[in-house]
Amino acid sequence: MVMGSLGQETDLLVIGAGPGGYVAALRAADLGREVILVEERDLLGGVCLIEGCIPSKALIHAVEVAHLARESERLGVIGGGVTIDIDKLRRHKQQTVRALTSGVRSLLDNRNVEVVRGRARFTGPGEVRLEGADVASIRFRHAIIATGSHGARLPFGDDLPLWGSREALELPEVPKSLLVIGGGYIGLELGFVYAGLGSKVTVVEMLPQLLTGADPDLAAVVARRAAKRFDDVLLEARVEKVTKTKTGFSVTIAHGGETKRRTFGQVLVAVGRTPNTGDLGLDAAGITLDEHGRIPVDEACRTSVPGIFAIGDVTPGPMLAHRASRQAKVAAEVIAGHPAAFDNVAIPGVVFTEPELSWVGITEQEAREQDLAVRVGRFPLSALGRARAMGSTEGMVKVIADAESGLVLGVGIVGPHASDLISEGALAIEMGATLEDLAVTIHPHPTLSEALMEAAEVALGSVVHLARRPT
Amino acid sequence: MFEFKLPDLGEGIHEGEILKWHVAEGQTIGEDEPLVDIETDKAAVTIPSPRGGRVVRLGGAEGDTVAVGQVIAVIDDGAEAEAPAAEAEPAATPAGPAAGPGPAAPEEPAAAPAAPTPPVRPARRVAAAPATRRLARELGVDLASIPGTGPGGRITADDVRRAAAGGGPAPQAAGGPSPPPEGEPITGTTAGIPFLEIEPLPDFAQLGPVEREPVRSIRRKVARRMTTSMILVPHVALLEDCDVTELERFRREERTRREGEPGGRLSLLPFVVKAVTHCLAEFPMFNASLDPARGEIIYKKFYNVGFAADTPRGLVVPVVRGTDARSVVEISAEIIRLAEAARDGRIDAADFQGGTFTITNIGPLGGKGLIPTINYPESAILGMGRAAPQAVVRDGEIVVRTILPLTLAFDHRIADGADAARFMSRLVGLLSRPLSWLVEA
Repeated sequence: MVMGSLGQETDLLVIGAGPGGYVAALRAADLGREVILVEERDLLGGVCLIEGCIPSKALIHAVEVAHLARESERLGVIGGGVTIDIDKLRRHKQQTVRALTSGVRSLLDNRNVEVVRGRARFTGPGEVRLEGADVASIRFRHAIIATGSHGARLPFGDDLPLWGSREALELPEVPKSLLVIGGGYIGLELGFVYAGLGSKVTVVEMLPQLLTGADPDLAAVVARRAAKRFDDVLLEARVEKVTKTKTGFSVTIAHGGETKRRTFGQVLVAVGRTPNTGDLGLDAAGITLDEHGRIPVDEACRTSVPGIFAIGDVTPGPMLAHRASRQAKVAAEVIAGHPAAFDNVAIPGVVFTEPELSWVGITEQEAREQDLAVRVGRFPLSALGRARAMGSTEGMVKVIADAESGLVLGVGIVGPHASDLISEGALAIEMGATLEDLAVTIHPHPTLSEALMEAAEVALGSVVHLARRPT
Repeated sequence: MFEFKLPDLGEGIHEGEILKWHVAEGQTIGEDEPLVDIETDKAAVTIPSPRGGRVVRLGGAEGDTVAVGQVIAVIDDGAEAEAPAAEAEPAATPAGPAAGPGPAAPEEPAAAPAAPTPPVRPARRVAAAPATRRLARELGVDLASIPGTGPGGRITADDVRRAAAGGGPAPQAAGGPSPPPEGEPITGTTAGIPFLEIEPLPDFAQLGPVEREPVRSIRRKVARRMTTSMILVPHVALLEDCDVTELERFRREERTRREGEPGGRLSLLPFVVKAVTHCLAEFPMFNASLDPARGEIIYKKFYNVGFAADTPRGLVVPVVRGTDARSVVEISAEIIRLAEAARDGRIDAADFQGGTFTITNIGPLGGKGLIPTINYPESAILGMGRAAPQAVVRDGEIVVRTILPLTLAFDHRIADGADAARFMSRLVGLLSRPLSWLVEA
């Protein structure tokens, strides 16, 4: 790049260097395309890597280790005096992020992807203008919009120093008391982290269930643990007002027909995420947003404007890094002329709570709502040797299959390592596996992975590791 | 609890489309009160409820297709369930373990909620591995349209290659491939015909706004029969002009004279039906069907002439039976009755069946003439254009005559061009000299 050059041209422009954008850039470069990647932050990797998935897992793991050490007396582990040094933990988290983000940088360098720091706005269907960059504008033949999302805000309190997930993950302090607004996966994961670090945590959720979207029987296992770890969990409750006090915040909560004022050291807002589509000049490009501010795309991730693609959180669908990365490869391959399509039927959802919860494909609740003829097999971890040996018997695996053909339609897991175990379910669904396929595949003993095989046998009515029901 | 199954709607009808529910779930209905309007391939019917009681569940949404014998409503009439276990799918009994003693028994029994009502919709999806789906995209094969030979109906890479190569028969897997659902034609990309490659549709939505409408009911019936006819039957069409000046004069006189009589509102069509019936008796190859399975031609010794009728619900072909034994005015009365019933959707399914020859009279609507498609499995169809005054040459002079353009399309497997020419010549002779009927008919 020539310094001060006014305009550049490229085959493919990728806007945003998160798990969608950087993967698209790498894949397109591998397929021989000339790629410019524009990113407004100084670090690459997006929310996922810098202030989301990765740092949160560093914190969650530390809390989990401390927790295991403290609470494994039954196993003969005497863990008196385990404490967490939050400065050291913060450093570990920062090192993790730094290692990964510089890894992304070297992968891009390795493929000669030009990374431009700045903010891109469309001025037409074939050009963006850049702000804060050495390059004034870029003309492109293809563009991929991968600008991600940000935490949704409350309708009030914009002027208050409330935490979002980003601030909470910076680990500035451990407040004595923390109010988490939102009982979804972000709110609960961070709630468990701060509870593990010593905060008295209260969770307020508008809906009647924590982790809406997950099957109620799975979510109930997490809710039981939350009731133990948290000070309070208020369902069907609403935060009406937040004001700053000298030492924290005074919060008005409507719950169960009455309104209470309570004070908290800190307030974390985790009420969902909003796509970053508002300030991209999409009008100039000719792209129209749907009613949720998302960019409609087809199976090949194409927008309505020829040559412009969109992937990840800006497109309709679950806002998950792994969906963005898969879409990224599809978009890059389509641009390179391959017959790729985002035809995935299984997008796993994983929640790093205590215990972990994950599901993929259809949930049992969705099957019932849609009146689908399904067979459901549940296997409790309490009947599994490995879970017993670990002393972690809370949880279950369930499989949902078409009643007639036995095709696996959904898998739900709650328990230790649910996030790792779910991939087998995703593979089964994508491959069109049947219950029998799962049941006759040898799963190593003694592992948690056996639970899915057992659940399939339950659904087939042939399980040996459970007592028979009277007939 | 009474499970009401869609009753037999008449000969040959297996399914119908739900047009309108007269009640909603939770409402009560009296015995014999209207429950649902169902449209079949042939007609729309209102089905009354055989029992009175509270409607617990309706077996489909408006627009859904339901099969004869399928439960369309569950009515709580206070009676005990009729053998529910035998009827319901062996589905959705979440097998929860019983809490029992012993080291391996669960601490907490997994919840086993009883399903409130047995789910009815099969949870279908196109099951194919990601690599197979990619192969299908590369080869332009629509996975939804090919049967899978794998377990659970899973589509294998071989299934895709076979469909792309021309859709030869799949080797029977254990258990065999699942047959396509009733009424869903298998549409491969080639149907095994050399040089036939049905390319996937372009994405029209990329070009401009589009609207999609499911092909249902009469539209589906027409599409199915016309496709069959055009692919299976080698069509030839013979065109001729017929001078109907005398016939038209006579028809108008008779029409005036017979005003108010049944069938007195004489159109040209009953005359053509009658004349055609004469010709069919003389040229039986046009009142025949080819039986390829037995290598035989079936000559029909009865004469049921169908006529195409344009109704608000689409094209239907009511059939006038026994046209050899009916007079022109009787045929006229029958045509008027059938046309009105078809237009109002009141027609009996039986009135669409058993045709041996079809006439399509597009003339009154416009168009000089048309080359019609044979109403399979018949062997010929006559198209009538618009009867209008034309300048024609008679004995070296230009005179004005009323000319009816006729087209005979026929199955060349059964008849030849010479047969068609003789048939047409005879037909034109009858229609152009109506007084000759006095002598011959």
